[in-house]
Amino acid sequence: MTDQSGPMTSASVIPVYDDEVVRKFVVATIFWGVIGFAAGVLIAFQLAFPALNLDLEWTSFGRLRPVHTSAVIFAFGGNILIGTTLFIVQRTSKVSLFGGSGLAHVVFWGYQAFIVMAALSYVLGFSQSKEYAEPEWFIDLWLTIIWVIYLVIFAGTIFIRKEKHIYVANWFFLAFILTIAMLHIVNNLAVPVSWTGAKSYILWSGVQDAMTQWWYGHNAVGFFLTAGFLGMMYYFIPKQAERPVYSYRLSVVHFWSITFLYIWAGPHHLHYTALPDWTQTLGMTFSVMLWMPSWGGMINGFMTLSGAWDKLRTDPTLRFLVTSVGFYGMSTFEGPLMSIKAVNSLSHYTDWTIGHVHSGALGWNAFISFGALYYLVPKLWGRERLYSLRLVNTHFWIATVGIVLYISSMWVSGIMQGLMWRTYDELGFLQYSFIETVEAMHPYYVIRGTGGVLFLIGSLIMVYNLVKTMKGHVRNEAPIGASTAKA
Amino acid sequence: MANVEKDAISGQETTGHEWDGIKELNTPMPKWWLYTYYVCIVFAVGYWVVYPAWPTLSSYTKGTGGYSSRGEHDADLAAQKQSRSAWTSKFAAMNVDEIGGDRQLLNYAMAGGKIIFAENCAPCHGTAGSGAPGYPILADDDWIWGGTRDAIHTTVAFGVRSGHDETRESEMPNFLGDEILNKAQIADVAEYIMSLSDGSISSDGVERGAVVFEEQCSACHGEDGKGLPELGGPNLTDAIWLYSKSKEAIATQVSAPKHGVMPAWTGRLSDVEIKQVSLYVHSLGGGQ
Amino acid sequence: MQKILEKNLILLCVAILVTVAIGGLVQIVPLYTMESTIEKVDGMRPYSPLEQAGRNIYIREGCYTCHSQMIRPFRDEAERYGHYSLAAESMYDHPFQWGSKRTGPDLARVGGKYSNDWHVAHMVDPRSVVPESIMPGYSFMADRELSYLNMDEHLYTLRQVGVPYSDDQIKSAVADINTQANGDKGDVDAFLARYPKAAIGDFDGNPDKVSELDAMIAYLQILGQMVDFTTYKPEMNRR
Ligand code: HEC
Ligand code: HEC
Ligand code: HEC
Ligand code: HEM
Ligand code: HEM
Ligand SMILES: [Ca+2]
Ligand SMILES: [Ca+2]
Ligand SMILES: [Cu+2]
Repeated sequence: MTDQSGPMTSASVIPVYDDEVVRKFVVATIFWGVIGFAAGVLIAFQLAFPALNLDLEWTSFGRLRPVHTSAVIFAFGGNILIGTTLFIVQRTSKVSLFGGSGLAHVVFWGYQAFIVMAALSYVLGFSQSKEYAEPEWFIDLWLTIIWVIYLVIFAGTIFIRKEKHIYVANWFFLAFILTIAMLHIVNNLAVPVSWTGAKSYILWSGVQDAMTQWWYGHNAVGFFLTAGFLGMMYYFIPKQAERPVYSYRLSVVHFWSITFLYIWAGPHHLHYTALPDWTQTLGMTFSVMLWMPSWGGMINGFMTLSGAWDKLRTDPTLRFLVTSVGFYGMSTFEGPLMSIKAVNSLSHYTDWTIGHVHSGALGWNAFISFGALYYLVPKLWGRERLYSLRLVNTHFWIATVGIVLYISSMWVSGIMQGLMWRTYDELGFLQYSFIETVEAMHPYYVIRGTGGVLFLIGSLIMVYNLVKTMKGHVRNEAPIGASTAKA
Repeated sequence: MANVEKDAISGQETTGHEWDGIKELNTPMPKWWLYTYYVCIVFAVGYWVVYPAWPTLSSYTKGTGGYSSRGEHDADLAAQKQSRSAWTSKFAAMNVDEIGGDRQLLNYAMAGGKIIFAENCAPCHGTAGSGAPGYPILADDDWIWGGTRDAIHTTVAFGVRSGHDETRESEMPNFLGDEILNKAQIADVAEYIMSLSDGSISSDGVERGAVVFEEQCSACHGEDGKGLPELGGPNLTDAIWLYSKSKEAIATQVSAPKHGVMPAWTGRLSDVEIKQVSLYVHSLGGGQ
Repeated sequence: MQKILEKNLILLCVAILVTVAIGGLVQIVPLYTMESTIEKVDGMRPYSPLEQAGRNIYIREGCYTCHSQMIRPFRDEAERYGHYSLAAESMYDHPFQWGSKRTGPDLARVGGKYSNDWHVAHMVDPRSVVPESIMPGYSFMADRELSYLNMDEHLYTLRQVGVPYSDDQIKSAVADINTQANGDKGDVDAFLARYPKAAIGDFDGNPDKVSELDAMIAYLQILGQMVDFTTYKPEMNRR
């Protein structure tokens, strides 16, 4: 590694970065985002109006729900993660991509092929029915190859970096890429029935499979939806706010705490099941210990704005980024709370979990991704600014109302469902039959679906704004906050 | 370290590195944050002491509290059993007729029977026993197997064609397939049966059908077609049909009869629960 | 320490991998070595070929997105669904199907609760029997022939991942499907010796074919039926 003597000299040798592939990832993110949100809206209304299952095998809830979860997590989330990691690692290492643009394009097309194969396979009736790991063995193998190439490009770029230190965002990205590789391989070990058929049987069974699955599932949350996105936060917030990161020391402690503690929390998905009590205890206590390390990230995100809070008034992109950190803080408070066994005995199996998921997924993952997209598109397409900041603002508010409708309706329905299941009457008999609880959910499912529609509309406004920006259009509009400033 | 500088706004020093224009402050960790983190760790360690927690290769630390989620559940069930015991001991000792004669016990049975019915029976028999094609209405006074408390109790406990050793069992012969009757005869007897519940029908077919009925059907459905609960032969005169609403449907039932299965609830529900739900069914409207 | 790691990529990667490996090892490995993990029970057996074929359809359709198969040790769940689920009851499940959401009721003990006819009506059109239901209809299962001619290969693969199928069971897999789905044909006694308590019959009410619905219902009817709870000792299985 060459030793740079300081920013002065290195600044003079900024390389030409490989941004073509990043542009492709950005477009893919937008495309899959809309598909994933639309799928979410569809399945939300299927639960309110079952006729929407159409009584066709390909469109039944059971097959479409994994299409939704994979589309939003792996397609929308995965593309923004890979795209931004490749964007950020070049700039924070001051070199262009290891392996060049060609190898990066292999990852791009290989990853899109993975998404298409996965989605088609669910619709056509191939699934392992392991949550968030539904693809069958051959798709898993394909993803493994693509992921290893991705790791080589990413780590290779760091290896040839022109900066002495590795930036904190890249610690998180490394943890994300390495851990996901480990989880994916172990959780999907399977023996195919025949090498020419899709069906396989997973190596693990019963209680051990349950533990392995939620070791994987929880850490897909921990390293895909959290570590990876925290890495994004560590780049886009200081850039957009134009302020230094609040605390390096906090970064170090919360990074290693998260990396160590997250892995242990999987059993909080298996409270009171046939998993032995000792394992459940570990799952619960490590989740509680995770609270502060998670909030370390939130603090670092928020406090980076100290001295720049006024920018929130005029910069809706920053508003997306900062609000996402707020939702991150909220769901990482709610998560440890739900990990406490007494609470989980009520929340498990109910819509409360779904509400928790979406406060994280919509509020944190999607919002920070929107912020990143609004940051990236003008940069990557060489435009001075976005087509319209006012539309960003509209998107922000519509999406926020959508989230509020979504998560508040799920809290109400989840807690109500959990309570109804366990309510006894004066004589000591169960008060409600199961089907009465199903009926009681209906209004909340309609509200949730409405929230989803708003969120989807917001994302379509974003598509319009970004496409205009890519084409180089600029809307003639009063700057946000200007009217109050003038008055 | 190179380039350490002071941030003008916060007064904190930077770490001296810069990536793509991003610098880092070296702000100390917030105290409240660190202390809350410590508290969580202390909580976890305390929890490990009290509860089962750490694995060894062949066992695990049991904790000082003697906790087990299944143990807690067993205790919970025992407490529930205890609190219900005043009632359940009477239910266990008495038969359904005796329980039904006691207002208080009956009220208790109704309360418990309602939820047992909604969870286990309503999927077939409909909410509050309103019935469905193939699944008899339980809220009327038409009973295939008898509507006394005792008869209902037997049906619920052992089911109908359920495979249980003591199940109620009776099957209508396959009159066409087994070549007992020909198509014309079946049409006649169907017409006769229509006439039983609809006085306005009279024809030659009805007359001929009456003869067939006398020979082939009365053994199960009774001389007058009013049914024989002992044999599970339904009443054919009251216009309440399990399957058959039309002449064609009746002919189909005679040609290739359908037979519903009612599961046995012994084993799945406790004896007391079976008594409760039987009394509940009896009270739905048509109990005899 | 951090000062070194953040300057050395290889060390940083190794440190991350070591850090993330620990938790999984401590939680997963003992579940294999500790005898108390799987309770001692009577009655567990591998699925019959028809039941396993039905289970594969359950997996293909993603029923786990709405149904759990894991009764927790709570009073209300015991009353609604029956005895809490044991680890032993899913020991031949590749993969497990405990689920994480109860949009529909738990199915761990649905076996024997309803008749085959009811399941046919319910799977084809759930709202025909339960008007308030929000479950999708699966009418195509009744129409489609079950593809089962390579069921012996499935059992063989399952044996490779640890399910104790005997040579005999693998050899008669295809014949056993015919026996179970048609009842009167085939050697019922030998079949029942291989798979005690299996329900036998024309599940879908259509004697002309062995449909996917036959398999689906055969699977649903065995759920929760295997373990003999009269010999189960709760005090011995607290862990
Ligand atoms: C799988 C569907 C199913 C379920 C669940 C079910 N039943 Fe039935 N039940 C039937 C069928 C079918 C019959 C008619 C049997 C026949 O044709 O003779 C029946 C008959 C009866 C009868 C006799 C009616 C008569 O006219 O004599 C009673 C009483 C009854 N059921 C009560 C119950 C109770 C109480 C429960 C719940 C604990 C229950 N059933 C659950 C299917 C079911
Ligand atoms: C061995 C006894 C037996 C004989 C003989 C018999 N039945 Fe039945 N029948 C039954 C039983 C039992 C049922 C009810 C099936 C069920 O509960 O699912 C039934 C049902 C019916 C029904 C349907 C009632 C409804 O509510 O839909 C009709 C119609 C009927 N029988 C007509 C006849 C006629 C006509 C004959 C003579 C040709 C006949 N049965 C002979 C036992 C008999
Ligand atoms: C959209 C959610 C959904 C999906 C997907 C779904 N179900 Fe259901 N299921 C329900 C609901 C709600 C009920 C309760 C109402 C009813 O009985 O229909 C139910 C009830 C059931 C019952 C009756 C359980 C009882 O004890 O009453 C069975 C059996 C069942 N489902 C099997 C299946 C199978 C097999 C599949 C997949 C092929 C499936 N379900 C897919 C929602 C769903
Ligand atoms: C328009 C926006 C969205 C709508 C309407 C929506 C709707 C839904 C619905 C109806 C479900 C099924 C809930 C159930 O089974 O009861 C679901 C599940 C899920 N969604 Fe979304 N969703 C949206 C966006 C997202 C996004 C952006 C993400 C992730 C980044 C996401 C992640 C998930 C996950 C992980 C689950 C599974 C939850 C679980 O199993 O507990 N969703 N969504
Ligand atoms: C400290 C942080 C967190 C903890 C301790 C935590 C804890 C939990 C708990 C206890 C559940 C419920 C499990 C159950 O009862 O089935 C859950 C579900 C879930 N959480 Fe979190 N959570 C945290 C943060 C997050 C974040 C930031 C996200 C981002 C999206 C997230 C996504 C999910 C998802 C997708 C599920 C549903 C899993 C499923 O059942 O399919 N969590 N979490
Ligand atoms: Ca897989
Ligand atoms: Ca058949
Ligand atoms: Cu989790």
